[in-house]
Amino acid sequence: MNRHLISAADLARDDALLILDTAEQLAQMADRPIKKLPTLRGRTVVNLFFEDSTRTRISFEAAAKRLSADVINFSVKGSSVAKGESLKDTAQTLEAMGADGVVLRHSASGAPQRLAGWVHGSVINAGDGTHEHPTQALLDAFTMRRRLGRLDGLRVTIVGDVLHSRVARSNVLLLHTLGAEVTLVGPPTLLPVAIETWPCAIGYDLDAAVPKSDVIMMLRIQQERMNAAYFPSVREYSRRYGLDAARMALLPEHAIVMHPGPMNRGVEIAAEVADAPRSTVVEQVANGVSVRMAVLYLLLGGMSASTAGTAGTAGTAGTAGTEVPA
Amino acid sequence: MHAASGSPPSSGAEPAHAGRSAAQPAGTATDFAGQADFAGKADFAGKAVLEPADIGRALTRIAHEIIERTKGAGDVVLLGIPTRGVPLARRLAERIAQVEGHQVPYGSLDITMYRDDLRLRPARALGPTQVPPEGVDGRIVVLVDDVLYSGRTVRAALDALNDIGRPRAVQLAILVDRGHRELPIRADYVGKNLPTSQQEMVRVLLAETDGEDAVLLGDDDEHSQHSRPSMHSRHSPGGRP
Repeated sequence: MNRHLISAADLARDDALLILDTAEQLAQMADRPIKKLPTLRGRTVVNLFFEDSTRTRISFEAAAKRLSADVINFSVKGSSVAKGESLKDTAQTLEAMGADGVVLRHSASGAPQRLAGWVHGSVINAGDGTHEHPTQALLDAFTMRRRLGRLDGLRVTIVGDVLHSRVARSNVLLLHTLGAEVTLVGPPTLLPVAIETWPCAIGYDLDAAVPKSDVIMMLRIQQERMNAAYFPSVREYSRRYGLDAARMALLPEHAIVMHPGPMNRGVEIAAEVADAPRSTVVEQVANGVSVRMAVLYLLLGGMSASTAGTAGTAGTAGTAGTEVPA
Repeated sequence: MHAASGSPPSSGAEPAHAGRSAAQPAGTATDFAGQADFAGKADFAGKAVLEPADIGRALTRIAHEIIERTKGAGDVVLLGIPTRGVPLARRLAERIAQVEGHQVPYGSLDITMYRDDLRLRPARALGPTQVPPEGVDGRIVVLVDDVLYSGRTVRAALDALNDIGRPRAVQLAILVDRGHRELPIRADYVGKNLPTSQQEMVRVLLAETDGEDAVLLGDDDEHSQHSRPSMHSRHSPGGRP
């Protein structure tokens, strides 16, 4: 495994499975009276959020705290960033504070990659622009595996605003690595250019895709990123690409409905679908903490990245092949 | 994952151990439990110090001792430390059930997150922690592992246990005690005391994890590698395969 987690594509199959298996063990902790492990005692994790995000930041914060790390939250409002400090200046500040891990959310695609070149600690991408959101993909894969027992050969349909969705991109890359068959469905205006190079199938007809899905993942319509007219009206979008009760009835019996949140109820997902037993929306949030704990543990729990150098890289890869004992 | 059962010593967490050269290697085979390179007997030329029948007899005796010391094992919970402590805990539970006629709850307790040498090596995969539904509060917990060496695994296990509940008492059952303790820890039940030098390696094989039962003793042929802080000298040069 790399020192950083910037793209889901950085994860080899063994790395991804190691994260999911580790998360599986950590998930049990949620039932314990003492939800804390001493593992990251004395390590500092900085949550650096240049974009609003409540659930991702809280999820990372809970994960780091459950591992006993010191957590520093750094958000744009009230920081020097609002006064014009650049990402590089911020990076140098973090470096001076001795951050072992930086969780970065930024509106510019590629910001974590840049930051990784400036700091010694591990950089974890918590969403960059319309590029990637690898921990979301990991928690989605984790949720699918928990609910359906496998990932290999699973038919996953991702629906909606793929163009603006870092979740979709990370999911396609990760699920492909893990052997699932992904189909992206959306209006042509909301599918990115060069999508045919992605390792997935593409469709425009949701009704055709639904009966052939083990998992259906509804993406949020990202009004805040829409600076052009991508579809005639919300109502029309909802009719063609929203998941309502009638469409949900077409799903195979075992299929689950996912949504990365926050949901636009009544737009891409009907309220009755969001609250249905096969909807995993709430579960995804809980699983997010376990998966982020696994990522933080695997990146920061061993030899510190700055001293381990290449040994760290080789090492984690070594354990990746380890069978989890019965 | 578990590693420290027999986990060597010196090497690790504390650089210069009194009376012992920090350079000493040491490593029991059991340390490799869970390591990717662990391949069983084939790559380890050791002589068998316990045969399958010996292991069976040792476990039967330990089971009887547990029953005796706990007056019937009525409130005992057996927790095996992964990897090989887990099947040993199950076997002890079966033997106690045969004698006493009641089931003894058993499970597993992973100690990876509580190790004192986490920072010396890259993060490793976790083992399972399965606490029986009865819990541990107010009960006598018997920790079970294959090899007792430095005592560091057991220290970590006590910490892990502390986060799960408050047992009335904690005891330790071990298949092989090879000496060289680095902490004030002792076993309550010992299958075999095996005097070893730190240049030797002890490897426990169990049918459930390795396809056969055996305890092997051999030389650590890489003990010339002084500098490395790894406990797993022989099998993971550089700390890793």
